Amino acid sequence: MIEANDITVRFGTAEALRGINLTLSPGQRLGIVGESGSGKSMLGLSLMGMLPDAAGMSGQIRIDGTDMTGAKIASWRAIRARKVAMIFQEPLAALNPLRRVGNTVMEPLRQHLGHSKDAARARVLQLFEETGIQDPVAKFRQFPHELSGGQRQRVLISLALACNPKVLIADEPTTALDAHVALRITDLLVRLAEERGMALVFISHDLAAVARTAQDIAVMYGGEIVERGPVHAVLSSPHHPYTQGLLLARPALGAGHLRERLPVIPGTVPAMRDLAVGCRFSGRCAVELPHCATERPASRPVGAHHDAACHRIGAAT
Amino acid sequence: MQVILLRRTMGFVLTLIAVSVIVFAVMNVLPGDPAITILGIDSTEDARAALRAELGLDRPVWLRYLDWVWHAAQGDFGTSYFFRVPVTELITERLPLTLSLALAGMTVTVVVGITLGMIAAARHGTFGDWAIMLFSQMGIAVPAFWLSILLVLLFAVGLRWLPPGGFPGWDEPLLAARSLILPTTALALVQSAVLARVTRSSALEVMRLDFVRTARATGLSRWRVLRRHILPNALVPIVTIVGMQVAAVVTGTIVIENVFYLPGLGRLIFQSIANRDLFTVQALVVLFAAIVVTANFLVDIAYVLIDPRLKGRMT
Ligand SMILES: Nc1ncnc2c1ncn2[C@@H]1O[C@H](COP(=O)(O)OP(=O)(O)OP(=O)(O)O)[C@@H](O)[C@H]1O
Ligand code: SF4
Ligand SMILES: [Mg+2]
Repeated sequence: MIEANDITVRFGTAEALRGINLTLSPGQRLGIVGESGSGKSMLGLSLMGMLPDAAGMSGQIRIDGTDMTGAKIASWRAIRARKVAMIFQEPLAALNPLRRVGNTVMEPLRQHLGHSKDAARARVLQLFEETGIQDPVAKFRQFPHELSGGQRQRVLISLALACNPKVLIADEPTTALDAHVALRITDLLVRLAEERGMALVFISHDLAAVARTAQDIAVMYGGEIVERGPVHAVLSSPHHPYTQGLLLARPALGAGHLRERLPVIPGTVPAMRDLAVGCRFSGRCAVELPHCATERPASRPVGAHHDAACHRIGAAT
Repeated sequence: MQVILLRRTMGFVLTLIAVSVIVFAVMNVLPGDPAITILGIDSTEDARAALRAELGLDRPVWLRYLDWVWHAAQGDFGTSYFFRVPVTELITERLPLTLSLALAGMTVTVVVGITLGMIAAARHGTFGDWAIMLFSQMGIAVPAFWLSILLVLLFAVGLRWLPPGGFPGWDEPLLAARSLILPTTALALVQSAVLARVTRSSALEVMRLDFVRTARATGLSRWRVLRRHILPNALVPIVTIVGMQVAAVVTGTIVIENVFYLPGLGRLIFQSIANRDLFTVQALVVLFAAIVVTANFLVDIAYVLIDPRLKGRMT
């Protein structure tokens, strides 16, 4: 569905993403975790062709068989909503405050699929139904400020699903919501992905939410994916020192701490331009080797479909 | 809504009363005597006194004011001292010209100002943006009066494309329209420059908001995002300025009509002040004030129409 190869995103000389490889098959649900500034949003945006103007990108991207490497804005526009869709963190801000939510969701149906007004309206009501919006007919005519946070996010999900995308990227879709609402939204996303055979990229700070939503998990640090594999494998036997730090510093998973934020690892994420050229984690790593700061560790398999990028792996220590 | 309407109407009436009191007072405090203006400086004192009595000028100011209000409330704005015809007649003759000029000026202002502003915002940081902002900076710096003279020199005297001034009357609609092109341009250029700036900065602010990102993520074209998502959200400051520009354009017709020799209300008010023709000045000032207050009222209604979030808050 998505094949991304060696994606690097630069702001001037600073690298916000470095050598990201990513594959996503139909219906696959991938969780992405990492501290603030680790590049999660940049990764999501790069798959939509929506990086900031100041960003320079290199690497290859194929989406649903179409080569998007170096694609022009018009080609990206043609696949947005129809192949890849994205929802964002702050549902109130993400909706046009002056439009009835029904009209907002109708827009891509009319623009991209050429639906008539009536057909689009009927389809919106269907989508509202599908995303669990109570009383769709009444909600159709409401403005964003008249809805609750959970309802707004459901509206945004309806909007994202309107043109039946093959991939949905959800960038911290539950961060702004109450805990119990957040749970229902994550469950909704899982259900929709399963029913539609749609791939899901679920970006979050929240390890528990990712564990609940995704089959696979990718841990990001300093613009790189440092470890990735099936959720249970990564969480039960983390191989990268950064992942281990994350898990050690937090209480046992599933112990009711569903809204646990990523715990604090000693030190803070360095500024992008101060990251080491070798392993991004060097300087903060407790088990650092002498060459870590200068040599970039390759990603190595550590289990079935499970790999990590650290010089310690496979080294005799 | 009814409460708002009632309050508005009261404010409207109070504004007009205040404006008329001020004009009445100013016209009476200023030196000069309508009788001398009308009869000439070599007229006899007896003749002047007789005329003053005829015009009712021998009565105290407050009485004359109340008398004026009493008649004005019934639609009678008195008889012009100078022209010796009812003021209402003077105004209705000239109103179509000034109204056309003001409407044309506002239309050009809104269309040109918003279009240029949106283009500049969409092309932010490029040559197009830079060129539009340069134009608008120049437009703001140039006085309308000076611009009018430049336009006349270029298009009327130099190129001879358009008449330098005057008005052929409405019997020849094409000629009439032609003679309004330069005045409209002079009136609208400065205002569209101002509006382009406001539109650009408002649109740039809206562009950074999250829902614009959502619209782009929905695969909508750049033009559609601009027109259907950014512009409506940028409208509140734009409408505020447009409301103020109605006042600027209406008063701007005074200068423009005098530069271009257009027989409209602007020229009439100018002549009437020079002739100390109190009733005419009074009626015109009240009329201009009414137009401006109405424009402000429409702006307030527009806010609620634009932004549904304000509906509950405005009482
Ligand atoms: N316009 C920009 N110019 C320069 N650097 C930028 C710009 N936008 C983002 N960055 C940098 O890119 C890096 C990655 O940011 P990104 O938003 O992807 O992080 P994130 O993992 O999504 O964080 P969060 O959890 O806070 O959302 C950050 O270090 C940020 O400072
Ligand atoms: S490569 Fe070195 S610095 Fe990086 S995580 Fe592994 S041991 Fe730590
Ligand atoms: Mg982010």
